[in-house]
Amino acid sequence: MMSEKSFGTSPKRKEDFDLLTGRGRFVDDIVLPGMYAAAFVRSPLAHARIKSIDASAALAMPGVHAVISHHDLPATLRERRLPLFVPHPTLTSRMQHALAKEEVCYVGEPVAVVVADNRYLAEDALHLVEIDYEPLAAVSDCKAGARPDAPRAHADLESNVVSRMLSSVGDIDAAFRETPHVFKEEIFQHRGGAFFMECRGVIASYDAVEGALLVYVSSQGPHRIKRALLDLFDLSDTQIRVVTPDVGGGFGPKGSFYAEYAAIAACAMMLGHPVKWIEDRRENFVATHQERDQYWDVEIAVDAEARIRGLRGVLTHDNGAYTPWGIVLPWISVATVPGPYIVPAYHIELRSVLTNKVMATPVRGAGRPEGVVVMERLMDRIAREFKLDPAEVRRRNFIQPSQMPYNVGVIFRDGKQVVYDSGDYPACQDAALQTIDYDAFRARQAEARLKGRYIGIGIGNAVEGTGLGPYEGAAVKVATNGRITVSTGATPQGQSHKTTLAQIAADQFGVSIDAIRVETGDTSKISQGIGTFAARTAVNAGSSVHLASVKVAAKAKAIAAKLLDVREEDLELRDGYVQLAALPGGPGAASDNARQVRKSLAELAVVAAGMPGFAMQDGAEPGLESTAYFTAPQSTYANGTAVVEVEVDIETGRVTILRLVLAHDCGMLINPMVVEGQVMGGVAHAIGNALFERMLYDDQAQPLSTNFGEYLLPLATDVPRIEIVHQETASPLNPLGIKGAGESGTIPTIAPIIAAVEDALSPFGVRILEAPITPQRIVELLGDAALGRTR
Amino acid sequence: MSDTRNISVVVNGKSYQRTVDTRRTLGDFLRLDLGLTGTHFGCEHGVCGACTVRVDGTAVRSCLMLAVQANGKSVQTVEGMAEGDILTPLQTAFRDRHALQCGFCTPGILMTMAEFLEENPAPSEADVRDALSGNLCRCTGYQNIVDAVLQTADTLRKTRDAA
Ligand code: FES
Ligand code: FES
Repeated sequence: MMSEKSFGTSPKRKEDFDLLTGRGRFVDDIVLPGMYAAAFVRSPLAHARIKSIDASAALAMPGVHAVISHHDLPATLRERRLPLFVPHPTLTSRMQHALAKEEVCYVGEPVAVVVADNRYLAEDALHLVEIDYEPLAAVSDCKAGARPDAPRAHADLESNVVSRMLSSVGDIDAAFRETPHVFKEEIFQHRGGAFFMECRGVIASYDAVEGALLVYVSSQGPHRIKRALLDLFDLSDTQIRVVTPDVGGGFGPKGSFYAEYAAIAACAMMLGHPVKWIEDRRENFVATHQERDQYWDVEIAVDAEARIRGLRGVLTHDNGAYTPWGIVLPWISVATVPGPYIVPAYHIELRSVLTNKVMATPVRGAGRPEGVVVMERLMDRIAREFKLDPAEVRRRNFIQPSQMPYNVGVIFRDGKQVVYDSGDYPACQDAALQTIDYDAFRARQAEARLKGRYIGIGIGNAVEGTGLGPYEGAAVKVATNGRITVSTGATPQGQSHKTTLAQIAADQFGVSIDAIRVETGDTSKISQGIGTFAARTAVNAGSSVHLASVKVAAKAKAIAAKLLDVREEDLELRDGYVQLAALPGGPGAASDNARQVRKSLAELAVVAAGMPGFAMQDGAEPGLESTAYFTAPQSTYANGTAVVEVEVDIETGRVTILRLVLAHDCGMLINPMVVEGQVMGGVAHAIGNALFERMLYDDQAQPLSTNFGEYLLPLATDVPRIEIVHQETASPLNPLGIKGAGESGTIPTIAPIIAAVEDALSPFGVRILEAPITPQRIVELLGDAALGRTR
Repeated sequence: MSDTRNISVVVNGKSYQRTVDTRRTLGDFLRLDLGLTGTHFGCEHGVCGACTVRVDGTAVRSCLMLAVQANGKSVQTVEGMAEGDILTPLQTAFRDRHALQCGFCTPGILMTMAEFLEENPAPSEADVRDALSGNLCRCTGYQNIVDAVLQTADTLRKTRDAA
């Protein structure tokens, strides 16, 4: 029995029972008859030429079925490289082969694949594949790589700088001419990888009779993977089906198409057996896309009142060896910098540099946290120079709610100007500051210092483009037995879509979410799909589910009205029936009388399906079903403020987060519990980025952090209790008023942690212009400061 | 390449006799030989805790233990927690408190926390965080897991008091 509206409530998740009892189904849990296991031979060098490959010893091992390298691949894979979905006029793209041809350009690049009875045997054989490499000079640091005399990341490159893109708004020269207050900073930022707990994995199975390729893959969207396979294999649309089962976290990098997927599909087709490849954690460190280094050389011009006049500079971005996401990642960073502030003139040159490292592509936040760090570090600098409270400097520069919609002028990656649709930035910051009792902080800090404790506070504000287009569809169908199914191309990796999308549909059908089955991640269930990334699913898929459900419900009413001979507007959907709506003061829908005047969804679906030999009534479209592809006119902008209080142990450099408040506005909340979960997870990710996570490489681009002992993720003892303040400004850009939430915890939160550490160490004059800031580095900076070497 | 041994193991109350490669991990034995795929591998080097199962009651990392080492022992996996459709108080609390998102780390965390609660019936938040710090979760930020464990301790205390 369902009567309350489900939107806005927090029912228990539909996903949980299976996952709690070991009944989840992740890629590695799937076993197909006759399935082989694969392991990849990967380049041990960051840059080298392949002179020869000798697989004879490996092939001689019992249980080994094949060792496949570039020259053994089907012709289309030898001729073609992986497809680039996001080209850009300024980009000289470099895409990868399924297996390296003559040159390897990062440690971990797949060179050959061994297929055996099981993974143990495949790995045994791996070590017997002999490859002769001629080492080439490698590009490790992107800034060094941008120099004209640097070695090339690919032997035939003219320059490692594969894109230079200018983002320019207003008259930047005038802005800097007209004020004497100009402050310059050089900021280095590094973000590590996604490090989802379930590594990547794929199974390919080829049915030679049907000519059909079935692929199971742990991904963030099977439709784009299918699109890449269509490009690579010359099969027709109906011959490829890609299914994404349960996914153990994605956070961006599972949205990429990888060389391994193409290679495994080829193996299955060549060997006539299903082939499974599951990435192990060591491979994950070297072969899964990650974010990495950005150097920002920026300066800001402000007037005598500390109001921004202009901001300019250069971003040098470490792209890695190939360009699977074009310049999407650094572009988002550039477009994020202005944030909630009025920046009349803006001029950033983006330089994307190829290096001999695994590719840098979006990880939760997708370049936005870096943009926020840049702006917020500049804000804190202004505060210091003007001896103003950092919160006050931000207040003076905020875009006011009355200025909405606000055109920032910067072009975003969807090719459109960044236009903020809604939001109250001053109120959001105030809410966060109040919660943490900001006004009393300086007294707390003074008191702590008397006791020899160093505490500090920091503020981070961010505006985040969410709900990126083009669309995400939903097919809503009532079967002839009355069961309701929602299918979408969106693909959850923990975001609870099965629950939240069911909530949206449930409200139109007047049923509980248990009565709705949500199907995700299968290209055979809905024709078009984009996938889940960039906090886009709630907006796009959510809106589509709503629109399709509204249509199906209307159709059900129309048919029922005819059958019952009543007016459509007197009917309602409830608990699987279309019935006379409860009249205020009159007999309720539950009364006996009303109960006779009703039709079950099953009956209506049967009518809608039509009867063999009879014409459809009034030319109605058959089926109680509808598919909607909601297209947002533009991104909808969420915003947030993080305020963080830390304590720094000046002996060990250890940072303890004492309090962390996150006020955010992600529009109307479909499910507050789920949104809070997303926020808390996102905050933890930011804590890792600010304090721990660092992929280390030596000067020959050899990765030095390839396990969880060398690369630290935040633990339960590192993450504090997070205090969340919700604000709800309905987005005008979609029917439900929602904005994305999946990254809102991460984006504003690195900056204030860095700021708080700097604030705690202000008695020593330490300045921090880098992230992450590890204990070793803090001790180093304290030492430098003691020697009078501050920046 | 690898020699084999006959082992006999009780898993979730059921006894199994199998011939296994000596190098087969307990985790692979459970997943591949017994089809108990609720136990997950997140790192295969003993850090993430996703593969945690209980061997004679003690939480162990099944990626680091060999199947032959479980010979003659009794193993519990996540599949052995609930009775039919009835979740344990810990599982229920995870559901109530939204302590899982993707759910990949969850089986190992349930196993670890079940043992912890047996040994520490009245833990503080700091105790829970400490015990949990051997398990990685990338989705939740841990807070809801901590709350779920505290809630379970509470529930179990009330049940005990009532008894
Ligand atoms: S898989 Fe065993 S501890 Fe990570
Ligand atoms: S719920 Fe996804 S890793 Fe813990």
